[in-house]
This record gives sequence, structure tokens and C-alpha cells, in this order.
Amino acid sequence: MTIEVSTSTDSILTNPEVGTAKVSTNKLSTKVDRAAYLGNLLSLRSTVDNLPWLQELRDQAAAIVQELAIPSTREEDWRFTDLSALVAHTWQQPDPAIDLKACDSIVLPEAGCRLVFMNGVFKSHLSKLEDLPAGVFVGNLAQLPSDRLAAVQAALGHQTGAEEVFTALNTASLTDAAIVCIPRNVAVEKPIHLVFLSRTAGTTTIAQPRCLVLAETGSAVTLVEEYSSADAPGTYFTNAVTEVVVGDNAQVNHTRIQWENQQAFHIGKTAVSQGRDARYTCTAISLGGQVSRHHFEVYSQGEQTHSQLMGLTIVDGDRTADTHSLIAFSKPYCTATQVNKCIADGKAHGVFNGRIYVPKLAQQTDASQMSRNLLLSSKARIDTKPQLEIVADNVKCAHGATVSQLEDDEVFYLQSRGIGADAARKLLTFAFATEIINQIPVASLRQSLTQMMRDRQAAS
Amino acid sequence: MICDNAELILSVKDLTANVDGTQILKGLNLEIKAGEVHAIMGPNGSGKSTFSKILAGHPAYEVTGGEIIFRGQNLLELEPEERARSGIFLAFQYPLEIPGVSNLDFLRVSYNAKRKHEGLEEMDAFDFDDLVHEKLGLLKMDAEFLDRGVNEGFSGGEKKRNEILQMALLEPSLGILDEIDSGLDIDALRIVASGVNALSNENNAMLLVTHYQRLLDYITPDYVHVMANGRILETGTKELALELEAKGYDWILEGAAA
Ligand SMILES: Nc1ncnc2c1ncn2[C@@H]1O[C@H](COP(=O)(O)OP(=O)(O)OP(=O)(O)O)[C@@H](O)[C@H]1O
Ligand SMILES: [Mg+2]
Repeated sequence: MTIEVSTSTDSILTNPEVGTAKVSTNKLSTKVDRAAYLGNLLSLRSTVDNLPWLQELRDQAAAIVQELAIPSTREEDWRFTDLSALVAHTWQQPDPAIDLKACDSIVLPEAGCRLVFMNGVFKSHLSKLEDLPAGVFVGNLAQLPSDRLAAVQAALGHQTGAEEVFTALNTASLTDAAIVCIPRNVAVEKPIHLVFLSRTAGTTTIAQPRCLVLAETGSAVTLVEEYSSADAPGTYFTNAVTEVVVGDNAQVNHTRIQWENQQAFHIGKTAVSQGRDARYTCTAISLGGQVSRHHFEVYSQGEQTHSQLMGLTIVDGDRTADTHSLIAFSKPYCTATQVNKCIADGKAHGVFNGRIYVPKLAQQTDASQMSRNLLLSSKARIDTKPQLEIVADNVKCAHGATVSQLEDDEVFYLQSRGIGADAARKLLTFAFATEIINQIPVASLRQSLTQMMRDRQAAS
Repeated sequence: MICDNAELILSVKDLTANVDGTQILKGLNLEIKAGEVHAIMGPNGSGKSTFSKILAGHPAYEVTGGEIIFRGQNLLELEPEERARSGIFLAFQYPLEIPGVSNLDFLRVSYNAKRKHEGLEEMDAFDFDDLVHEKLGLLKMDAEFLDRGVNEGFSGGEKKRNEILQMALLEPSLGILDEIDSGLDIDALRIVASGVNALSNENNAMLLVTHYQRLLDYITPDYVHVMANGRILETGTKELALELEAKGYDWILEGAAA
């Protein structure tokens, strides 16, 4: 019997010099207030006609939402992420007249097809739904062929964790969804590009995009999921949910990029289930939003699954970016690797909470989690908390967390070769991020992210 | 090679320095002329690496007295990167790993920083590629090392060779090699030493910090200094190194105490 739990630290690491979180004057101080606020968000949802199964799913979720409230920092799970700034706004449904003629900036040359939603609404003229192997479906609910309906109904809204407040709110408000179905043993060569744009016309609007990916047994697909305002200003709230079902022996390589604008609020859920021998790789990049939170949940449901979760968050100004991840095993012989990195500058606050759950049945699990964090300013703050819950007794689980500044010795090494101090710091920060960016399987995306980093550095 | 009317490259007078409030250097004097190879030996903790890093401008060390003149310039007024561009090169005792920065990019950026300082145009990627491959040959290094992160996952010997590769590109007027021989097997030592010898000429100088006579079999020093307790206690020729190898340092330390 072996239990290897190696750890560099399991406590909460913070910069000792940090200040306190900002205080909003619009705090909803009681749970009743926060429940009422949530009720208002629920009442914004539009109706769906002619889809009784969807109405039923929505009703069930609405019933859950009615029992809940917007979380406060008194709840352990939201301790570091204050939603006061979110609830200070009154959100409205976006004006359906808002549209875009074209959006060249979102085009990925490598992608075979592109599915675009704006403010939660499918945009066929911005999408490109061609160049797909036979049997593969990419589209919205209205386009779904009838022979796919049963599979979609069985999966949509059925991942574990559906009762989480923002997930349930999304489900209760569901009117349409981005759907990707890859049939058995089909390998899609070119990446599928899923774009969720937000545009406001001066009002504070909420959109709740939804996505479902079904990769059947033995299939293979590369997904790029993007959230952005395409450089438009405006305060908006994206509450997104994506469910990914990776069938037995299927392979999904997923890139999720959140580059909302700096005023936006983004709460996103990625819920993944993996069948036996399924391989799931995700690189999640979080760049935008004044407050952003990513719930990243991977449920391994068969033997010999492999999961790789790479995360990069870059946060500055007085913004907050939070990643809450869960890898839950249930069967033996599974492996997982997770590396989460955060770079915090200015007075920003980065949060990482990474749970790994290994129940009694999941013997021979081999999992590692590393949280690496870089503080670029003395007023920035990073809270990181690995949480290993291991019941099985024959497993290998390692985790570690570091919070550091750029090492003087590293800067000096570069300086001693003639590179200026400022350039050296930028090069090192860049290098820290590059390790994650390089995991992305789409070259043009790596290039845009690299360029974005250079631009940000040039501006600072 | 000693040459009487050679240019004075480095002149250190009565240098004292602290780290974290503790005095490490306690009045160090040293002169190095163009064409010369100097070796500094001495017990652990005597301040050899401290002195090397002070020459390169490490911010952790506070110079409290004395002066360092490098080719007529007050070195202490220059930032580390300015020192590097003007011709100081330190091969570190423990070269750092910098994952994520490719070795090739790192070499090119530093090479071009120096060219810019000299008023030359930056070298383009193609020409630089040719140049770096030529230098790789000198150190018998595989081109594969260029694509890896700086020193990332390199063995101890590979890191040391990578340091000399950097020196070969930057062509400093003073190369300070802090224990370049430590942890090298005999083949790697020969390669590193022949690299250093190939780079030595009448216009530059080398300062070798070492614990072992073995390195000096391959790179012949003109002067050997013994450093202890933050000072240079004894200076001699290469025979001194042989004597140290045979007798240890105690006789010098005792002589100094007496
Ligand atoms: N940051 C520091 N804080 C306190 N003392 C330090 C620091 N850095 C070095 N020292 C001390 O300074 C002294 C000189 O160290 P240095 O590394 O220069 O010695 P050295 O001659 O290079 O030794 P070695 O032969 O072992 O490499 C040592 O006593 C060391 O412990
Ligand atoms: Mg030393």
C-alpha cells in the first residue's frame, strides 16, 4: 500500500503586504436581499415556445434557483471573490436589435467551422457552418436534426453540479444553445471554433450563453471556445455554461479563452464528464472582466481516463479573477495533470481553488496539481488553495503551490548578459505565461495571445 | 600572457562590501592587464563568488568602500546591463534555469543589446543563426540546446558549456569564470577549457575562480591569488597553485595571522 501525498504547502498563501478588498456601498447585506436580487435575474428570462422538454428542464432549474441567493463572501466557496460590484448593477436583457455586420477579428484561419452567438443569440451570418465531416453536427438548437434530439435532451443540464446557483440560473434561462455532436469514431481534423460575443448599447446587459459538446465513443475533436466583446466597451454580465461529454476512448482538446472587456463580469462553468479511456485536455486562459470566475469541473466516470488541465490567468488594475476547479475521480487507473498559473499586477486579486477528489473506488489514481503564481506588484494579491480529498489508499497525488515575485537573481542573470532590467522583467513574465500558452494546439491563437501579452507589456 | 605595456583592464583598490549587513569583502586589491589570465583560489566562504558578482553588479551586495576601475571607467556607477555591454562577463557558479525563454532568443537579445551599445545594427535572425552555430561547434554543443529554455533541464556540465557559449558570443574584455570546472567530467573540462583558451587573446583578460589545480592544467594562469576572509592574501605564479594543491591553505592563513 502506498500513499504519496507530497506537498510544498497546503495553506493559503498571500502576499503579506496586501491591502484589504474594496468595499462597495451597494452591498446586499442580508440573504433575503441576495435571494430577491437573484429572483430578479430569473425574472428577466424570456420564454420558450413549442419545446416542452426544454421548458421542463428550465422549470426544474428555476425551482432550484428560487431556493438560492447570490453568494456572499461569508460562504467558504466565495470567500475571496466579492460579488458586491456585480449586484450593484441592475441587469437587463440585451436589445435584440444589436448586431454586427461582420467580425473579422474573431476568425481563426485553422478552424474548419465557426459558431457565433451574440448576447446569447445565434448569429448565422457571423457563423461558418461548413467544412465538417459527414455526421458531425455543429449548430444551434433550432438546427438540430431530430435524430440527435434524444442524445441532447439526455445530456443538456445533466452534468453533476447543475444545482450550483449560476449554473441553475443559466439552465433556467435557457432559450438556445451551441451544440456540437461528434459521432462515433469520427475524428474532426480542423478545430471547431465557438464564439460567444457580448455587445451592449450603453445599457448594462446580461447574457447567458450555453454550450453542449457530445463526443461519442472513439471520436476526436479540438474545440476553441471564446468569450469576448470583440474590443467593444460597455458593462455586461456573461453567465456561461458549457457541458462537455467525452465518450469512451474519445479525445477532446479544448481551449477556453475568456477575453471579455475590462468592465465585464464573467461567471463561467465548464463541466466535463469522461467515459472509460477518455482523454480530455484543456487550456483555459482568463484575461478579462472586472470580476471573473471560472468553475472548472471534470468528472472522470470510467477507468483509465486522462485529464490535463492547464490554466493561465492574467489580472491587473483592481480586478478580480477566480478559478475554482474540481477533478473528481470515481474509477481506478486514472491520471490527471493540472498546472494553474496566475499573474497579478496593480491592485488585482487572483484566486485559485483546486479540489481533487479521490474516493475509495479510485485506486491507482495518479494525479498532480501545481499552482504557480506571480505577483508583479506589492499591492496585488493571490489566494491559492489546493484541496486534496483522498479516500483511496493506493494512489499517487502530488500538489504544490507557490506565490512569488520575479526573482532578483533571474532578473540579474539576464541583466548580466546586457539585457536591461525592464526588458528582463518583461521577458521573465512572458516566459511564465508562455509555458501555458504553448499548450494551445492552434498556432494562430498562440500568436494572438503572445501578441496580446507583448502589447500589454508595451503599454505598461 | 604578461605584457608590460598592456592596457590595464581592471583595477580594484581596497574594496569592502556587505551582504545583509555582514561584511564579506575586507579590503581587496587586484590589477588585471590585457592578455593576462588570473586565477583566484581560496577556502569556501572566503568571498570569491561575492567578488565576482560585485564585478557584475549584483544588487544584493553593497559596496561600502574602495573603487573598481574597468578600462578607465568607474564600474560602480554602471548598471549590471551596462557593465555587460561594456565588456564584463560573469559565468555563474550556479547558472539559473529560465524556462519559457528560449536559449536562442536569449542569446540573440543579449548579443544585439551589445551591438546596439557599440553603435552597430542589430544582427538579423539568419546571420545570427550562422554565428551561433559556429560558436556551438567550439563548445561541441548540439543545436538542439538552442530551442530549449535557457538552461532548462540542462545537466551541470551543459549549463557550464552554455555559459561559455554566451561568452563566446559576447566576446567580453574581462571574462570572470566562477568555478567553471566544478562538476565537470574530464571530457567536458577539456571542451570548456579549450573554449576558454580559444577566446583568450592579447586584448582581453580572464579571471578564473577555482578550487582545483586540474583546471589550471588546461588553462595556464599568469597569476594565482589566494583569497581568504575577504582579502587577497597571497599572489604568485602557477606554481603557487601546485603548492596549494599539495599543502592546502592553512600555511597561508597562518602566515597571514602571524
Ligand atoms: N545573501 C547572503 N546573506 C548572508 N551571507 C551571505 C550571503 N551571500 C553570501 N554570504 C556569505 O558570504 C560569504 C562569502 O560567500 P561566497 O559565496 O562569496 O564564498 P566563495 O568564496 O565563493 O565560497 P565557495 O568556494 O564555497 O563558492 C560566505 O560566508 C557566505 O555565507
Ligand atoms: Mg563561490
